Formats: sequence, C-alpha cells, structure tokens
Amino acid sequence: MPRHKLIASESDGKDNEFSLYYVEVEENSQGGQEKQTTRDGKRRRERNGEVSRRRASEKRTTEVDTKRAEKKHEKRHKTARKEGEKHEKRQRRKNADEEEAEEESNKEKKNIKNERTKTLRRDDEKEKDVKKKRKKHVKNEEDNANSGKTKQKDCHDMPLKEKKKKRKKPETTSESESKSESDSAPESKDNQAVGVLGSLTPEELEKLKEAVDERKKLIATMRGKPWPMKKKLVVLRSSCVLQRQETLLIISFLYYSNCQKWMKFQRDFENFKTACIPWEMKIKEIESHFGSSVASYFIFLRWMYGINMILFGLTFGLVMVPEALMGKPYGSIPRKTVPREEEASAMNFAILWDFGGYAKYSVLFYGYYNSQRAIGWLKFRLPLSYFLVGVGTVAYSYMVVIRTMARNANEEGGGDDTSFNFSWKTFTSWDYLIGNPETADNKFASITTSFKEAIVEEQESRKDDNIHLTRFLRVLANFLVLCCLAGSGYLIYFVVRRSQKFALLGLENYGWWERNEVNMVMSLLGMFCPMLFDVISTLENYHPRVALQWQLGRIFALFLGNLYTFIIALMDAIQLKRAEEEIVKKNMTIWQANLYNGTVPDNSTAPPITVHPADIPRGPCWETMVGQEFVRLIISDTMTTYITLLIGDFLRAVLVRFLNNCWCWDLEYGFPSYSEFDVSGNVLGLIFNQGMIWMGAFYAPCLPALNLLRLHVSMYLQCWAVMCCNVPQERVFKASGSNNFYMAMLLVILFLSTLPAIYTIVSIPPSFDCGPFSGKTRMFDVIQETLESDFPAWFGKMFSYASNPGLVLPFLLLLVLAIYYLQSTSKTYKRVNMELKKKLQTQNEENKKKNKLAALKAANELEQARKAGEQRSSSSQHTQNSEPPVSSTHTTTRPPASRGHTSSGHLPGHPQQPQKNSHSNRR
Amino acid sequence: MGNKQTIFTDEQLDAYQDCTFFTRKEILRLHGRYHELAPHLVPMDYTNDPDVKIPLALIVNMPELKENPFRNRIVESFSEDGQGNLSFNDFVDMFSVLSETAPRELKAIYAFKIYDFNVDNYICKEDLEKTLNRLTKEELTPEEVNLVCEKAIEEADLDGDSKLSFADFENMISRAPDFLSTFHIRI
Repeated sequence: MPRHKLIASESDGKDNEFSLYYVEVEENSQGGQEKQTTRDGKRRRERNGEVSRRRASEKRTTEVDTKRAEKKHEKRHKTARKEGEKHEKRQRRKNADEEEAEEESNKEKKNIKNERTKTLRRDDEKEKDVKKKRKKHVKNEEDNANSGKTKQKDCHDMPLKEKKKKRKKPETTSESESKSESDSAPESKDNQAVGVLGSLTPEELEKLKEAVDERKKLIATMRGKPWPMKKKLVVLRSSCVLQRQETLLIISFLYYSNCQKWMKFQRDFENFKTACIPWEMKIKEIESHFGSSVASYFIFLRWMYGINMILFGLTFGLVMVPEALMGKPYGSIPRKTVPREEEASAMNFAILWDFGGYAKYSVLFYGYYNSQRAIGWLKFRLPLSYFLVGVGTVAYSYMVVIRTMARNANEEGGGDDTSFNFSWKTFTSWDYLIGNPETADNKFASITTSFKEAIVEEQESRKDDNIHLTRFLRVLANFLVLCCLAGSGYLIYFVVRRSQKFALLGLENYGWWERNEVNMVMSLLGMFCPMLFDVISTLENYHPRVALQWQLGRIFALFLGNLYTFIIALMDAIQLKRAEEEIVKKNMTIWQANLYNGTVPDNSTAPPITVHPADIPRGPCWETMVGQEFVRLIISDTMTTYITLLIGDFLRAVLVRFLNNCWCWDLEYGFPSYSEFDVSGNVLGLIFNQGMIWMGAFYAPCLPALNLLRLHVSMYLQCWAVMCCNVPQERVFKASGSNNFYMAMLLVILFLSTLPAIYTIVSIPPSFDCGPFSGKTRMFDVIQETLESDFPAWFGKMFSYASNPGLVLPFLLLLVLAIYYLQSTSKTYKRVNMELKKKLQTQNEENKKKNKLAALKAANELEQARKAGEQRSSSSQHTQNSEPPVSSTHTTTRPPASRGHTSSGHLPGHPQQPQKNSHSNRR
Repeated sequence: MGNKQTIFTDEQLDAYQDCTFFTRKEILRLHGRYHELAPHLVPMDYTNDPDVKIPLALIVNMPELKENPFRNRIVESFSEDGQGNLSFNDFVDMFSVLSETAPRELKAIYAFKIYDFNVDNYICKEDLEKTLNRLTKEELTPEEVNLVCEKAIEEADLDGDSKLSFADFENMISRAPDFLSTFHIRI
C-alpha cells in the first residue's frame, strides 16, 4: 500500500496518525475476516481460497508497512525510543489480553449474534444443492457478521491504539475515530445496522438488552470485586467494547448515551461532593498520626459544626435578618434604644465585651424584638417565626441526634458477643491508620497488655489480694468525689448569689473579677476538678477502660451539677427581675400620669407629648438578662479553653523542648513531658458547650453564630495544637465503641437543657415591654393568635378539638402502648436471636466432634489400608507406594466440610491459588 | 487542568474510577505518591500504560505503612507476582481495598490474604504465631502465644480442622466490631 506509506512517511501530526490508523484498521479487518474464513468450513475456503491467499500476502505487506510506519512515528514522537522492543512485546501481550477479553465478550455475543447465521448455515449444509438465491442470502448474512466482527475488533483495539499514539487532544481522537470507522466500513455500516436490526427478532433484542444490562451491573459492582486491577481493566474494556457495539447496532443508542452522560454526571457529582467535605485532609492527617480515637473527636467536632450551621441558618435567616431589615429601626421605640443613664458608657469596650450597651439593645438579644404581629411589606410574622424557630431548633437537634444514634447502633449491631475474643484481638486490634512511631509504640504496648489481661482472665488464676482494702478504697474515692461535686456546686451557688448582690448594687462599682466571677469560677472548676478526679481514681485500681468510664461519668456529673446550679441561680435572678418589673410597671403608670398632668394640665385632646424613647422608663427584661448570661458563659468558656490550650499544651511543649538541653533530668520522658490529647475531656467540653447553646438560643439568637465561630476557630487551633505539641495518648479509647457513648451523652444533655428552656417558656409570663411576646400572658399564645387571625375559622375549630384533652390523652396512651409493644417485640427478637446463636454454637460443636470422629476413623482405616498395602507392596515394586498414602493423608487432615461454603477454601477471584495450595499442602 | 491530561487520559481515569473507590482527584494524588516513591522509575506520563514496578522495600517506607507490623504482607498480597513488586495498578488496588468505602466482604478477603503468611489459603497456627509476634513485638512468652493461638483457633474454627479457612475467617471477622474502623488506611 504505497499510498499509506507515502502519507505515513511524509505528513506529520494528525494526518500521519490518521493514515497510520487507517492502515491498522485495514489490517485488523482483514485479520478478522481471515479468522472468520478459517472458521468457516471447507466449502467457503474452496470458494474464497484464492482471495484469502491474496489477502494474506497483502496483509503481510501491510504489516511490514505498519511496523515501519510505527517505528517512524515513534521516533518522531521521541517517547519510547529505547523501548522499541519492549513496546512491541507489551503490545503483543496486550493483544493477548485483548483476545481474552474478546473471547469473553464474544462468548456472550456469539450465541446471540451468530445464532441466526448458524441455523441458516446448517440449513444450507443440509440442502447443499438448493438454489443460489439462498446461498446469496447466507453470504450476505455472513458478510454482515464479518463486518460486525471487524467493527468489534477495531472498537476494542481503539483505546489501545489511541494510547500508543499519545494524542494530545481528546478531540482528535474522537475525530479520527469517527473517520476511521466511516473509512473502514463506509457502506456496510448502514447496511449492517439496518440489516441486523431488521433481522433481529424481538426476543433477540431482549437478549441483547439483558446481556448489556448484565454488563452494566458488572461495571457497577466492579470495585467490589477482589480481582487484581489488570483483570478489572480488561473486563471493563471488553464491556466497553460491548457497549460501543450496542451503539453501533442502534439498539438503544439514545438510551446508552444518555446513560453514559448520566453516569458521568453522577461521577462528577460524587467528586464534587467529596471535595466539599470540609477539613477532610486535616482530619486524615491527624488520623494517620494519632489513630482513630483522636480523629473521632475531630469528626465529632465537624459533625457538631454541621448541626450548628443549620441552627445558625434557621435563626439568622428567619429571625435576625427579618428583624434587622424589616423591623422598626434602632431608636424608634424604647426597647430598641439604649436608655439615657447607660448612654454615656454604651460604646465602652468593657461594656460591649460584656454584651451590655449597644450590644444589649440589638438583634443579638431577645429584648430588641418588637411584638408587632407582621412586619415589612412581606407581612412577615416575626413573633410566630421567633417561636417556631425556637421550637424548631430543639426539634431538629433531637431528630439529628436520635437518627445518628440509630445509625450507629445499626452499624454496631451484633458486635457485643464475646465468643471471638481472642481472634478479634488478634485480627482486628491493629489500627491500620497509625503512621506515627510513638502511637505505634503505644499501640504495641496496649495490645500486649490487653492480651496479657485476657490471658489472665482466661486462666482465672488471679486472686484478689485484699478485697476489703480495694472496697474501702473505692468507697473512699467515691466519697471524695461526691465531696468535690458538692463543694463545686455550693461554690457556684455562692458565687452566683454574690454576683446578684453585686448586680443589685450596680456593677460599675466593682472590678473585673467581681463582674466575671461566676464564669471564671465555673471555668476553673471545670479545669481543675477533672484532674482531682484523675488523682482520686488512682485509689480505685480499676481496669483502665472501666476507670475511664467512671472518670467520664464523674466529669459529666460535675459539669451537669455546675450547669444546673447555674440555672437554679438564674431562676432566682429571674424571680428578682420579675419582682422588679412589677415595681417598674406601677411606677410607669405614675410616671405617665405625672407626664400628662405636668405638661398638659387641662386639655386632654392635645397631641401626645413626644418623649425621646431613651427617657421612657422600662422594665428589667429578664429574658435579655438570661441571654446575656449564657453568652458570657460561652465566651468565658471559649477563652479558658483556648488559654489552657496555649499554656497547657503549647507553652509546656516549648519549655520541655528547649529546656531539656539544660536540665538535670529528662524533661521529655520524665515529669512534665508533653501533654496528651485528652479525647474524652474535649468531647465532654464540646457536648456541654452545645447544651448551653440549646438552652440559651431562645433568649439570645446570636448564640448559634457565636458557637459556629468558636467551633471554626477551635477546629484550626486544636488541629494545629495536636499536630505540633501533643503526644498520642497511652490510654486506648476505641473510637467505634465510644461514638454512641458520646451521642448518648449528647442526647441526655439535649434533654436536660431543653427542660429549663421549656419551663421558662411555658410557665413564666414574658416581660411586658420587651421581646416579641410582650403583652401576652404566655409566650405560646402566639400560636393561638395566629390560628385565630391567619387561618380560616374551621381550622381553628379543628385545632381546638384536636388539642382537647379528651383527644390528646388517648393519643398519648396509644403512643405509650405502641412503644411498649415495640419494645416487648424487640426483646423477644433478641431472646430468639440469642437462642438461635446458642443452637448454632451447639451445632458447631457437634459438627466439630463428628468431624473429629470421622477424621479419627478415616485415619484408622488409612492406617489399616496402608499396612495392608505395605504388605502387598513389599512383594511388588517399591517405587509407587510412597505417593498414594501421602495424598490420602492429605485428604484426611481435611474432613468433609460440614457447611455449604466451607469447601471454598481458596479465595474467589484467584483461580491459580488452589493449585498452589494443594501443592504446598502436599509438600 | 492541563496537568491531568498528560498523566492519564480521561478514559483511563474513568476506568480507574469504575474499578476503585477513588475519585478522580484521589487517583491523581495516588499517582503523585507513587511517583514520589521512585521519581527516576515512574514516569509522569501514564497514558501509554508503562510497565513499571516499584519494589517492596520502597513501598514499605511510605509513612502510611511504615509503622504497620504487617506492611510486608500487605504489599506482598497485593502484588501480582507475590514478591511485593507493585505496579501502579496494584498500588491503586491496594489503597482502594484499604479505603474507607470498601465493603466489608472485600476487606475480609484481603485481610485473610494478609494474615495468611505462608500463602496456603489457611490461617494455621504458624500464621497466628507470626501475627501475634508482630502485634506484640514478641513481648509475650511462647506459652502465652501458644495459649492465645489455641484459643483463637478454637473460637473461630467451625469445621474442626484446627486451622482457619476463609469461611471461618469471614464468619469471625464479619462480627468483629472494630474491623471496619481499623482495617483502613487513609491516603
């Protein structure tokens, strides 16, 4: 083919590639045809003998041409200059692979595709002498099949060739592809498509579709297959071919291209989704250094961040922004103005830091919101929205926490039985994530100790040296802890009462300490009490895991006690404020009367006097006070966390690192050493922080935003601190088991923190002159108001019927019954499960016994047989008797499998292994 | 994004994504890591599927594997020749199986291979001893090791042949609470 050669040698770039490709395709198609010819019987060869011979010679020349062209091409592209031979070898191997793949795809294809031709051919052979018409028909069919083959071949040669040629632009690939296709079979394409489509019956169509669907399923499950990558790729490519063939056959051209697009889109979307997960790389890095337990804290933190994001979105979008944009502006009414006596200091930083002054009279707090029913041109129901958002945040949190817990429980399901204690310890105790030598050392040590403990437990030879002493010590420790808890509770109560006294007398006269006493005391208690507990717990001599749980429980109790003392003190403050409010209310009427009497003595129809809103006396607004307290608490808590982090971790690490050179003992491994990352303490801190958010969010809509900020900062700060100045902890705290433990604590805290919030909402009347519910007797009246005025009358009626205790009580009863029923059924299921397990176990043991017996029996028989054989063989040849007994002992060591799948000793996907296995066994 | 085009073609990337649990970006990153291991061996251009293998000694020194007591076994069981020489395909395969999203069954199959030191398709007492010694850095006495091995086999062996076949192993590992959370490597 001089023309191709010419083009191949002369032109470059695209043209060259294209012409080269053309040659190859030609070759392939001929090869395919030749193959086909060899397959077809004598008859055909006779007929086409000459032609095929000529073609073969042609093919040889083409091959030479292509090789030459290829070499030139390679030289020109300077890519695989030295690997000329290698390249070819690889190519050959790949072709072999291709062949395999082709076989595979052919297997499926052949049955379907050649069915018709075959049957026809058979007919043909039967009646050899029948008319030529029919023969012609057959020939046509075969030609179609041949061209189909060609297409198939070049289709799946395509990717290879493309790769070889290393195109720089994908467009050129597709271009040349289409060109080559149209070149290689320009006229047969249409004919074939139409012909095949016309000749296929609906059943065959169905079959084809089925085959394609199977392929698709295979691709979908490909990643789950335990095959080496090479095989995967080959199978994938072959199925790719199949798919292309289908598109050529136009069976479902649109369907598949759409499918492909959809799959591509899905894949891209998946990629996008993973790219959107925040801090993934950071957490991965930490995980690889410190193992999964430390990472579990950060994953928990991220989860928390997500929840707070949604809470923030709710409060910000539905409460704060509408009020700021559409509500009355600042300074229009008394509740939105800084009162006259505070005006002077309202912009001082100290006051603002305490969330007084301008911060207090802003959207950040409850008191700023107006009780106007609908605001702005949207007629936005702000009070209703405020109430619903408050309820919604809590409801959403409950939902999320419980859903996560349920999911975790599902994942953990069935993991609690200890029947595989030792095997689990052996096979699953190493954390593959660990990539830090120190962590690895700790892990080795902890695994060793856990093994030793298990062994000791197994032997049960340990004697409690002095049970009375340990008992006494444990009681003592608990007593001490209780004392600590009571002391801290009393301290907080005392401090809160004192701060109220200060507040009554006016905070301005006192210093920084008096103003921040409560928060500081709480933070300090939270910092030092856990250490104290840690010291006390050494008395108890518990197993580390048990000790950890005790410790967690105690810290939990401490935090909870502190929080509740704080709340009780706050309740007292609320009562005080409300008493104050009553007085203000009375004074207000007097003040108003004075105002009118003083300025307008006689004329009652005169226009009302305009008093600047800052001068109007107002109530103390207990809601804002509560909100402020919570915000301050959060701020001081955050500050202490960060400062402890900086001092306790960073400074310590710096000192230890640099003073170590000039110190008399080893600081790094001696007394101070580096700090560990305290997972449980940090998680508890996070949980309690969240509890405070839930409690205070109703009275200070800014709390979720603050918390978001805090979480964001602590994510970065703690990531940095962990990586730069912490050592991995020695104590093992498994991440998987503890996840639901954290969640359970979160749920408890959620419940406990909603209690006081709900109590204040339901039972304490709102302030008369501030907040969205001012003027109502109860906060939830806003619902009733909306029902009455915004909904049709029948709806309100229905609602009142539905909320009738006569209906609600039976409904509650029904709920309780349902819960009881579900619980009892789950209990029975559990019991049945246990029984089944027991049954299974006994069966297994029986099987084992049986197997052992069978093995013994077989061994005996074998022994006898061998003896007999020896006796017999002693007379005959000596060379043969060694082989059979060995192989038969091999069979007896493996008794007949008792279960269906026990026989599957070798792994799926590796057919070469069983041979190896038997071989090694025989050795 | 010109960089992407020169390392892999789109089709290759798609094929890898179909065959593994990785996204496009991760595959490219894996290639980066693979390239880092032996910059003079591994070409930056993979569009023509070069036949490059990295020996075990280099791979074992990756920070992800360095501390793992079973690192040699991991690499060996994923290499096609069983000697620990990994081509890029094997490399991707390895981290795909060890990725977080891989299903438990798949992980179990490869975990079995890893713990099967003498590649006889059974975890016998020898394998268990080796596993234990690597796990504990040979801190346990031989008697203790013996006891643990016996107990482990007794627990998990269902057919009474005093060694663990894959079925036994899968049955045991499918109920292990920590298997999924510990048997993965992040890269």
